[in-house]
Amino acid sequence: MLEQRKTDLALIGVAGLAILIVWYVAALALNFPQVMVIHARDDVPLPFTSLALEALRPARPVLPTVDQIATEIFNTTFGHSVTSPRSLVHHSAITLGTAVAGTLLGATFGLVLATAIVHNRTLEVSAMPLVIASQTVPILAIAPMAVVLFGNLGLSGFVPKVLITSYLCFFPVTIAMVKGLRSVDRQMSELFETYAATDRERFFLLKLPASLPFLFTGLKISAATGVVGAIVSEMPTGGGVGLGARLLSGSYYGQTVQIWAALVASAAISILLIWIVTKIERRFLVAGLGR
Amino acid sequence: MNVHRQPAIGLAAATILGSCLLPIWDGSEVGFWIDAPLAAALTAVQLIALLILVFFGPVRVTPAVLLVAVVSGSAAQYFLLEAEFVFGVGGWLALVATMLCLWRLLAWLSAHPGRTVQILVPALFFFGWVLCWEIAVRGAQISPVLLPAPSGVLNAFVAHFPILWSDALQTLFRSALRGYAMGCTCGFGLAILFDRFPVIGRAFMPYCTALSAVPMVGLAPIMVMWFGFGWESKAAVVCMVTFFPMLINTSAGLATPDGIQRDLMRSYNASYGTELFMLKLPSAVPLIVTALKLNSTLAIISAIVAEFFGTPVFGMGFRISVELARMNLDLVWATIVMGALVGTLVYGGISLAERVTTSRNPTAQ
Repeated sequence: MLEQRKTDLALIGVAGLAILIVWYVAALALNFPQVMVIHARDDVPLPFTSLALEALRPARPVLPTVDQIATEIFNTTFGHSVTSPRSLVHHSAITLGTAVAGTLLGATFGLVLATAIVHNRTLEVSAMPLVIASQTVPILAIAPMAVVLFGNLGLSGFVPKVLITSYLCFFPVTIAMVKGLRSVDRQMSELFETYAATDRERFFLLKLPASLPFLFTGLKISAATGVVGAIVSEMPTGGGVGLGARLLSGSYYGQTVQIWAALVASAAISILLIWIVTKIERRFLVAGLGR
Repeated sequence: MNVHRQPAIGLAAATILGSCLLPIWDGSEVGFWIDAPLAAALTAVQLIALLILVFFGPVRVTPAVLLVAVVSGSAAQYFLLEAEFVFGVGGWLALVATMLCLWRLLAWLSAHPGRTVQILVPALFFFGWVLCWEIAVRGAQISPVLLPAPSGVLNAFVAHFPILWSDALQTLFRSALRGYAMGCTCGFGLAILFDRFPVIGRAFMPYCTALSAVPMVGLAPIMVMWFGFGWESKAAVVCMVTFFPMLINTSAGLATPDGIQRDLMRSYNASYGTELFMLKLPSAVPLIVTALKLNSTLAIISAIVAEFFGTPVFGMGFRISVELARMNLDLVWATIVMGALVGTLVYGGISLAERVTTSRNPTAQ
């Protein structure tokens, strides 16, 4: 078992190295033409090695190298005060806030909706197909406008961003919980019958605990989509705040490295949120509530 | 199902009676039902239908009576809207009464399961929802710049259909569909490769799992820089977005057969190809179809979002941003309706294919 784990780690390490090598070779190949253009009119042709070195760190690379991105992240994280608009931490914190608020709001709504659907036959037949169809509505596409419009109404940018994000987040939780609330063990259900349990007792002591594993699965998907929603809803604000705005301004001004840094930051946020949900899940399920 | 005992009917009747005493419009010059004779007559029909149910209990034609109540109530609302006044308390109460009738009708229908009911009930629910939206927007006279009424959206949809269709052609069929096909094929192929050579899978799968959590739409600005403003950059984004769900689901699907099934294959000395086509792929179908469905909606959204970073002068993302700047919200919503329509059709098509292919699959459901 331990042997297996060791080989796995070695394999993952080798794969990481391979990815790095491919990345640097690709960066060299993609950035080289740009360097060639710059030095086309030089009287003395530069040796290949110095051209190659230059191709690995141009100011506006087609594909920045890993160390360039790492340097950018380091500089924008530690080089500025946390409240400065140049700080990556500042933008990440805003995106994180939107994503968390949107996920929580969406999950709460999803939970309530799932409970209502499970307990009401009419709602189940009428609303369930529309819940599924709701996901084919590209609401995310109007996120930019919603932000601008609500902004004109005097509502701060936060509320519309959270609303749009929660529209994306409610679906996974609803689907998971409708399944989860119905996953009650037959024998346990009969036991509750024997004790003449009330509906409320049945819900809180039987159905809800049984559905917890499903809830956490749904929450993990919601958290990941929450970050996507937060980023897209931040895009229109141009010189605004958040990682989405950072992506857009980077794209306007050709700051490739800045785009990549924002991408890495958004990946980190998304992985962090999923990690937190996993931690809570383990805590709850180990306490014996789930099973 | 005893309608007589259901309080909703009585409540609806009481609400209508209440609305007779309260102004249906806001404002001094007009007020009560007497000022809107056509609407008043229809509401009277609705009230009579409800009173029949209240006093004579459940009758054999209960759903028909409820349907009459819903239709006459909706028609009354329509004639009230035609007056173009802001709704007062009475008008809103009448809307509540109609919705209560609709709810009772839905409850009656969903207690009688059947194939038609499964389609009819959601359709009626959707109708009620759109009706509420229409009446809320026009009754409260919300500015169309903020939220257009469904009728306005429908008008824009019909009037600008050629533009919307060319946008859909660009965004959905050129960008999203090609990216979707590429992403799904690559994800599927890589999953098979990982399964055939487990060493490669063990080395690279952790990276793929981590990358699947990354918000891939963020790649859009980079892809536009690399591939230009045309459909190629959007297809690249869609490809990246759809790739990881497909890879992960196919991998999980190929791993579903348990030890005893694989042992059987081994005892027959089956080649990898035989094992793949006879055992692994069939049991992976449900998970693959799930990924296909999930990806179909992801593809549409990411193609539209990618267009915010630069497009030729057509495409749904372009249309949305341009018409928003012109305050043509109805056209913006018509674009969204177009996306939703195509998305629902694609999703429905995949679901149908799923039912056909997995009907005899024991691992389905």
